Amino acid sequence: MTKTLKTSSAIAAQGLHVSYGERKVLSGVDVAVPSGELTVIIGPNACGKSTLLKTLARVHQPSSGSIELEGRPLNQLSTRQIARDLALLPQNPHAPASVSVADVVALGRYPHQGLLGRLSATDKRICQQAMEACGVTGLADRKLQELSGGQRQRVWIAMTLAQDTPLILLDEPTTYLDITHQLQVLDLASQLHRSGRTLLLVLHDLNLAFRYATHLIMMKDGQIIASGRPTEIVTAENIERVFGLQASIMTDPHSNTPLLVPFDTRVKADAHDAPSQPTA
Amino acid sequence: MAETDLRDAGAPAPEPVRHLTPATSGAAAGLSRRRWLTLLVLGVLLCLSCLASLFLGSRSLGFEDVLKALGGDTSSPAYLIIWEQRVPRTILGVLCGAALAAAGSLIQTLTRNPLAEPGLLGVNAGAAVTVVLAVILFGPLPILPLALAAFIGAVVAVVAVFTLGGLTGQSMARFVLAGVALAAALSALNQALLLANQTAYNEFRFWAAGSLEGRGTDILLPIALLVIPALLLGFALVPSLKALSVGAETATSLGVSLVQIHLLTLTAVCLLAAAATAAIGPITFVGLAVPFVVRALVGNHVGWVTLASVLAGPTWLLASDIFARTFTAPTEIQVGIVTTLLGGPLFIALMVRRKVEQL
Amino acid sequence: MIRTRLYTAITLLAILVLGLWLLTQGDYRVPLGDVLASLTGSEGGLGSYFVREVRAPRVVAALLVGAALGISGAIFQTLTGNPLGSPDVIGFTTGAATGALVSIILLGSTPLGTGLGAVLGGAATSLLVYLFTRRTGLIGFQLILVGLGLGATLSALNSLMIVRASLTEAQTAASWLVGSLNTMTWDKVLLMSSLLVLLLPFLVWLSRPLRALIFGDTVATGVGVPVPLVRLASLVIGVLLVSVATAVTGPIAFVALASPHLARHLTGQSAGNLGTAASTGALLTLASDALGLYAFPAPLQVGVVTGALGGLYLIYLMYRSRNEVAHD
Repeated sequence: MTKTLKTSSAIAAQGLHVSYGERKVLSGVDVAVPSGELTVIIGPNACGKSTLLKTLARVHQPSSGSIELEGRPLNQLSTRQIARDLALLPQNPHAPASVSVADVVALGRYPHQGLLGRLSATDKRICQQAMEACGVTGLADRKLQELSGGQRQRVWIAMTLAQDTPLILLDEPTTYLDITHQLQVLDLASQLHRSGRTLLLVLHDLNLAFRYATHLIMMKDGQIIASGRPTEIVTAENIERVFGLQASIMTDPHSNTPLLVPFDTRVKADAHDAPSQPTA
Repeated sequence: MAETDLRDAGAPAPEPVRHLTPATSGAAAGLSRRRWLTLLVLGVLLCLSCLASLFLGSRSLGFEDVLKALGGDTSSPAYLIIWEQRVPRTILGVLCGAALAAAGSLIQTLTRNPLAEPGLLGVNAGAAVTVVLAVILFGPLPILPLALAAFIGAVVAVVAVFTLGGLTGQSMARFVLAGVALAAALSALNQALLLANQTAYNEFRFWAAGSLEGRGTDILLPIALLVIPALLLGFALVPSLKALSVGAETATSLGVSLVQIHLLTLTAVCLLAAAATAAIGPITFVGLAVPFVVRALVGNHVGWVTLASVLAGPTWLLASDIFARTFTAPTEIQVGIVTTLLGGPLFIALMVRRKVEQL
Repeated sequence: MIRTRLYTAITLLAILVLGLWLLTQGDYRVPLGDVLASLTGSEGGLGSYFVREVRAPRVVAALLVGAALGISGAIFQTLTGNPLGSPDVIGFTTGAATGALVSIILLGSTPLGTGLGAVLGGAATSLLVYLFTRRTGLIGFQLILVGLGLGATLSALNSLMIVRASLTEAQTAASWLVGSLNTMTWDKVLLMSSLLVLLLPFLVWLSRPLRALIFGDTVATGVGVPVPLVRLASLVIGVLLVSVATAVTGPIAFVALASPHLARHLTGQSAGNLGTAASTGALLTLASDALGLYAFPAPLQVGVVTGALGGLYLIYLMYRSRNEVAHD
């Protein structure tokens, strides 16, 4: 199931410009999301990472630039065609009152259904599988409002999964979750990635981003500063460039991924000059 | 700096939450300048509209005659018109315009809903029913008893909306729904009454259009006695409302009693709106549009918005009234129709251009 | 799902029973057997005339208008994402009334002209709303605000016309403004039903995207809903429904606002179901007319009853849930 061509992009954009009224949010972004990878976008607040995600998912219209989904120009595809190739979970998705978990997951079958929207046997099976994969099968008849934040987020991921697309975009799926639930959600994403899907996530927690990403994109002020494997591009220089933060980069002893430890700003800068290895 | 401004602006009660306002910066200084400038301009406009309201009317009077009459010259041919009609009319316009706009500003802040207006509380619907009932029971009435009936209906309706909607307003949607529900039930009742009684219908259609015409002097004192204390109460509440605007929980932690602030604000709003409606009929849109527009000028700060509304509301009402009595002179259009006919398109224009923020 | 089907079955049954009962009632009572005979055409005479030419069009018109208002309410509430975003609140009903008043007061026209005026008024209002909100794409909150502003302006215009009119004209206008089923004919029923038949395919097409739209624009786009197209189509269809319904009977208060709300409450469903909103609207209007005709010492117009009932129902709902912690 894994894509064979390692160099091919699931979705790619060139010269992307997006503005909200007067404010420019993306200025000339070139980006390629490699197929079969778990790509994570990081960057400071308001750097345009969510906007990039939403523009790739055709929720925002770029003022200029082109986007290609699996090699086809995005603006020539119908929104329904796109929905069969690309699923998007926005930040804080809105669920109306009294919607059940099964309703939300079934929404994912929308682009595959006919005019009357009756769930076929296949639809039901795929919803079932999606709920199993996200561990929410037992919650099917519960109202979304009654669930905890972590459960709710897994239900929404099940919705995107039920869309049955090769590409899944998740916008800050771990916001408002405690650390255990953050790990659960990211483990789920990682599992989807291993099953052959391409994932694109926006994350806030840098160390979790470094651990789970197989491909990392660093953004600042509406532009991409660096992209590549976390082990290659997570350097003290890049972190300072993107976040304006001084930090040491170590290696996580368990996962062998980069681990960022910010300098203690209360300690004078000269104290940091001598030792490059902070004490534990 | 902003805090000092606020106190100068007339909030008499010192409150424990003043340090809440963010620290002054260059931008804040600019904002402060703009606020004072706005107040100045609005104040000048209000004076001009008061003068215009005295000098212009459906009957054209000579400039000097008006001056003489104002000076107390009883021999002036304008004396009666000025002192019996235009002066009370102007004062009433100022009182009611200020009351409606301030009520709008307070209720919008309290409910954190830029769309809230006194009419939402069932004021107009409640007043309408008692006016119609009074006419059916007693026949055509002079303005004072009619105003009394309207006031009673408005107050009862507001109390009913609060009882249903929950006083502390944990849920704004619920509150709005209560107002809509009550208004619907009451206006159905009203329609049933009106269809059955022609006299009442004839009185009602003019009352319902809202007018400053022929209110006379006897209504001034009771209205002033209601409006002025309610305005003072409103300004006294500004610091607590400011604290509330950052959220109920934060406000509680700052020592604001939620029940108390809701009760007091709603009392002020109820008195202001009911008094104005009793005096001049249901004037829609002043309470909604005036605070909304001045908020764009002075920023989202309840004290400044209320103060600017108190200046802008009467200006708007008087300007509409002058238009109402001169445009089709010698007959008059009802001022409520004019405020809305002029204010509606303005409001739409603003909506189309600006992005609306939730308070 | 089962609850929804049960609910639909019960409302349809109630409509049937109530409708047949209404056909038998009136100053000239007709036994049920004769009613059925008149409907199948095997019975002549005065009773048959009353059933076929007076009562049947009234019942059918109540059902069609109620259904149209219910659907229109469900569409607008979904479109604005707000339970209060019904056509009565956001100015379309007022616009239709303005058209009708122009025709009654300024042109002194016939009932047909009044209806035409209402449709034109509603259409013109929606055109204005569309032009004003086109740039930002008919987003919920702005749509409500612009509609509210327009509604207020138009109601001032209505008020102006009423105040300036003679008392007779003003009272004609006032009784039209209440909303009434008193003068229903088969012509009016035909107008309403042909519109509904014409719109049916579009309604079927819309019902699925509308159910997705309640999850917000981003999620809806994500699963493949062409949001701008759906919004435009909904606006056009919703306005057509409400203005033709208003043209037929005058503005019947509260049915558009309350029917989707009621249906949702009773079926436990989420918003956006056009079918249950339609059947609820039909039943609500028919039942209100029955109450207005026979429950009071003097007959009341249907609009008075719907307004009172709808308002009281909402008040009851709020009273019953007064101790619940609201979640919004």
